[in-house]
Amino acid sequence: MIRLGVPSKGRLMEQTFDWFAERGVRLSRAGSDREYAGRVEGAENVALVLLSAGEIPRELQAGRIHLGVTGTDLIREKLAGWRSHVEELAPMGFGHADLILAVPACWRDCESLDDFATIARDFRAEHGFRLRIATKYHRLVRAWLSAEEVADYQLVDSQGATEGTVANLTAEAIADITSSGETLRANHLKVIEGAPILRSQATLLRSVAAGDAAEVREFAARLGL
Amino acid sequence: MSKREKQAIGQQILAAFRAAGAQEVAPDLLLPAETLLDLYGEDIRARAYVTQDPIRGEMMLRPDFTVPVVQMHMQNGAEPARYCYLGEVFRKQDHGETRPEHPRDNEYLQAGFELFARDPDADAEVFALFHSVLKPLGLQASMGDMDLLMDAVRALPLSGARRAALLHHIWRPRRFAKALARFAAPAEARSFPESGAPWTGLRSPAEMQARIDRLRSDAAEAPLPPQWVERLERLFAIQAPAPEALRQLRGLAAEIPDIAEAVDRLERNLAALSARGIDVSQVHFDASHGRHTMEYYDGMTFSFAAAGREDWPPVASGGRYDALAAVLGQAQGRSIPAVGGIIRPGLVHELGGPVLGKSA
Repeated sequence: MIRLGVPSKGRLMEQTFDWFAERGVRLSRAGSDREYAGRVEGAENVALVLLSAGEIPRELQAGRIHLGVTGTDLIREKLAGWRSHVEELAPMGFGHADLILAVPACWRDCESLDDFATIARDFRAEHGFRLRIATKYHRLVRAWLSAEEVADYQLVDSQGATEGTVANLTAEAIADITSSGETLRANHLKVIEGAPILRSQATLLRSVAAGDAAEVREFAARLGL
Repeated sequence: MSKREKQAIGQQILAAFRAAGAQEVAPDLLLPAETLLDLYGEDIRARAYVTQDPIRGEMMLRPDFTVPVVQMHMQNGAEPARYCYLGEVFRKQDHGETRPEHPRDNEYLQAGFELFARDPDADAEVFALFHSVLKPLGLQASMGDMDLLMDAVRALPLSGARRAALLHHIWRPRRFAKALARFAAPAEARSFPESGAPWTGLRSPAEMQARIDRLRSDAAEAPLPPQWVERLERLFAIQAPAPEALRQLRGLAAEIPDIAEAVDRLERNLAALSARGIDVSQVHFDASHGRHTMEYYDGMTFSFAAAGREDWPPVASGGRYDALAAVLGQAQGRSIPAVGGIIRPGLVHELGGPVLGKSA
């Protein structure tokens, strides 16, 4: 039996259901909206497991599900050495979001990451501590800034309402997922120009640890992958 | 792999360090995180184990011995002082995108030696000590000199702001190259359009104005003449057996007179190593060696690496770090001449080599 992990609520769940339906497999929740059990029609030997999108990377790594749908951002942030644990079978074309670095819109002298690096250096000299970037994507942001050779900053953890941290003086910049940029603008922040830290979208992944590769491949072939 | 065997190798190294006049010290395993984070930045947060103590605040499992040894010396040491230590350090091994087949250990031993002295012979003493301890392993010794590079940067005909920017980025090669290229090109005047956004955040309008003023005056700067860029690139690229590198550096000193003093010092160091029986033609001099090390080295740097084990960290590494005491802030801003290094007994064990020359 192939265990397929799918986000348990919201648009991500609906779009996942639509994606599978277009490929001849009908996923649905069993019973009421509140019940996290699912039904699969149009494929034998597949069980639907409804999970929080944030837990899917861990379940894939542990091999408790064979296939899972979640964002590239969560896979790369949560799984160290992710290529050794999961195989990306298909980008699904929805759930698009960019992980970006944003600073106060009033910083007229800050357009590029080069500007940001210099400002961070000045800030540290002026204030005696490193410029703070609020984020929940610690590994991705750190690896990116390290590759870009930006120093003189520190990450502060923010698991929600990250855009508010600058006005609350608990951070000078933020790194977060954005799709429209609406919340950023409302909080008087602007995105540093250039490529984002990561372009994320919903992705169908195969667990390496779960095994049963032949059976999983057969199902993938049926989906046209 | 046996921990006891690694410990035994560590003890042998420690005995050699003690025989060289060092007093053994035992810094704490739990260190206040703040000092280390401030010094190393996010790189260390990614690699060190941080934990929370309700009374002492954020603590870190010892990622490195240098900082606690320097702090201890600043509190109660008299110069000259020689310290040695043996103990575990703890480093997370983040695998990036792919998990390696043989991940490195998360906890491993370091045996170290640190010398605090105003003696001009100190660099040679430390290098020679590591050389003699590691001799049976047939490792490749490499050496560099950050002071040489920094003197060359200070010699550039640039404004103070531009020079400070280059010195700051010397450990970040691409950012350094980018800044150098920008200074070598005609400056472009930049505009700073009004944003219309209300002020937000801790950085003040005055701080922004100061930077805008700096950028405006920078736009009036003449470009750095291309021969200076070329000289600097030639210096940074020097890689040769030490005597040959010295010859090349002498040639360059004719064009960059400000490095002559550092070149003289290198010559004296190499002579001192020869006098201690080291064949310096077997020492690889790499001018950029220190640019890939921890940021606090500001003079000689060195490493001993195992041939054919390119995926390993060096078996031993170290250097001069005079400015560290000033950065740590307990020395009233004064620097303390210091040079030292560490050996990884675990790697010595993996090499399976006979360990230690004299004094073991």
